[in-house]
Amino acid sequence: MLIIKCPWCGERTQTEFSYHGEAHIVRPQAPDELSDEQWADYLFFRKNPKGIHYERWLHAAGCRRFFNMARHTVSGEIYATYRFDEQKPIIE
Amino acid sequence: MKYSAFSLLSNALTYHQHWRKAWRKPEPKKSYDFIIVGGGGHGLATAYYLAKRYGGRNIAVLEKGWVGGGNTARNTTIIRSNYLLPASAALYNHSVDLWHGLSNDINFNVMFSPRGLLHLAHTVSDLREISRRGSANYVHGVDAEILTPEQVQEWVPFINLHGRYPVLGALLQRRGGVARHDAVAWGFARAADALGVDIIENCEVTGFKIEDNTVIGVETTRGAIAANKRVGVVPAGHAGVLAEMAGFRLPIETVPLQAFVSEPLAPVLDCVVMSNTVHAYISQSDKGELVIGGGSDPYNSYSQRGSFDQIEHVAGPIIELYPIFSRVNILRQWGGITDITPDRSPILSATPVKELFFNCGWGTGGFKATPGSGSAFAETLALGHAGTLAAPYALSRFVNGDLVDEAAAAAVAH
Repeated sequence: MLIIKCPWCGERTQTEFSYHGEAHIVRPQAPDELSDEQWADYLFFRKNPKGIHYERWLHAAGCRRFFNMARHTVSGEIYATYRFDEQKPIIE
Repeated sequence: MKYSAFSLLSNALTYHQHWRKAWRKPEPKKSYDFIIVGGGGHGLATAYYLAKRYGGRNIAVLEKGWVGGGNTARNTTIIRSNYLLPASAALYNHSVDLWHGLSNDINFNVMFSPRGLLHLAHTVSDLREISRRGSANYVHGVDAEILTPEQVQEWVPFINLHGRYPVLGALLQRRGGVARHDAVAWGFARAADALGVDIIENCEVTGFKIEDNTVIGVETTRGAIAANKRVGVVPAGHAGVLAEMAGFRLPIETVPLQAFVSEPLAPVLDCVVMSNTVHAYISQSDKGELVIGGGSDPYNSYSQRGSFDQIEHVAGPIIELYPIFSRVNILRQWGGITDITPDRSPILSATPVKELFFNCGWGTGGFKATPGSGSAFAETLALGHAGTLAAPYALSRFVNGDLVDEAAAAAVAH
C-alpha cells in the first residue's frame, strides 16, 4: 500500500486518499471557440505513461484538500507531493 | 492432427509419445500481409477468424511474451452478454453465440460451461437497475430473468440473504458462465496455426514504421517486419504505450485489477454470482477452486500487482454473503492491468495512422468477448474499415459524442 505524504497532514496510508486523474489539465480559456477535437482532448484523452505520472489526489478522509503528486506507475515510487500553488517538479 | 476420442485412444496406446506440438514456432518472415500485435485471446481469435472467415493469408501474430501469458491468464473467466445498450448487446451476444460452438469450431476443449450467471441486487436502486437492464436484454434478444430472493437461494443454498448486504433479487443469464482461459488462448493459437498463421512468441514490438502517415511495418526485438496490407494492434494493458509509439493518444487509463483463488474444494457452487454494488464475484472452477474477483485499483498503474486494501474490499463482502467460505484458504492472488475507457466500452477502430487499427480498451471485462472481438476485428482488418459490429466502437465517438456509455448504464462489474 502506498504511503502518501499530504502537504498539510504528513504521511498517511493511501486508503485515506482518493485519486482524481492527470494533473495540470487547464480548463479551456475560451470554451466557445473550441473544436470538437479540442473538447474531446480536454474531456477524454489523458496521458497514460508507463513511467512518471503527475496526478491529482484528494485527502478525502483527512483534511479534504487537493494536491498533486509525481509517482512512477510501475514501481509505485512517489517522487513528490506538492500543493497547487507550487511549481510542478521536474523528475529526471 | 484432429483431436478426437480416437486420437486420444491411439495416443494412449502408444504411451503419449506422438502428440504433435499444438502450434509451430516459426522464425519471423521479412513481411506479412497482416500483422497482429498481441498474442492473447483477442489477437489469436482475430488471426483465426481473419484466416478462416475472410480468406486472410500470410498473417503473423507477434507476442512479446508467450501465448496467453498476459490478461488472458489473469481474468476470472466470466462470460455473459447482459449489457444495457444495443451496441453492447450485439457485440457481446455475438460473442456468447460463438462461445456456444467454440470447442467444436476450433477442435479444442475450452471447457465452456454455460452454468448460469446471477447479478445480485442489494438495494432498491439495484433492483431498479437489474429490472431496467433485464428489460433491455429482453428487447435485444439476450436471455434474462429476474429472480426473487427465494429463487436466488435455490441457486445458492448457503447465501446469506439477510446480512449486511441483503439480497433483494437477482438478474439471471442462463447462457452465461465460465470457460478455461488458458485453453481459449491455446485453442485459438492451434486453430490459427493450422490455417497457416505464424505465431511468433518472444517478439516485442518496439516501434511502428510509418511513411506518408501509413503504417508499412513494425520494429520488433526480432528484427523489422514489413506489413503489406494492415497492422492490427490488440493489446491488453499497454494500448497507450503502443499508441504513443505510433504517435497518437488514446482515451485510456490503465489500472490494475486483482483476483484470487482458494484451495480446491468439493463442488459447492454451480453458477457464477456477481455483485456490482459490493464488487465481489465468485465462481468455482472445474478443479474446485473458488475464483474470486473484485474492483479495480483506484489509481493508474502498470504494476500487475494491485493494492492490498482492494483484497480486503473483496474478501469482506464475500465472507458476508457466503459465511460458509470464511475459513477457506486462499492459495494465489494476482493482478492484471486493464485499459479503461471513459465509457467503459472497447475501442475497435481505425486510427489517425492509415492501415493501422486498434482493438483495445476492453477494461476489466475483455475475456467474455474474446471470440466476438476476434470476429469483429478480423472483419475490420479484412475490409479496411469497421464492419457492423465494430462500427459503434470507433475512436471518433469521443469526438462526436456518440459514446457507448456502459459506465453510466451502471453495468459496472465485468
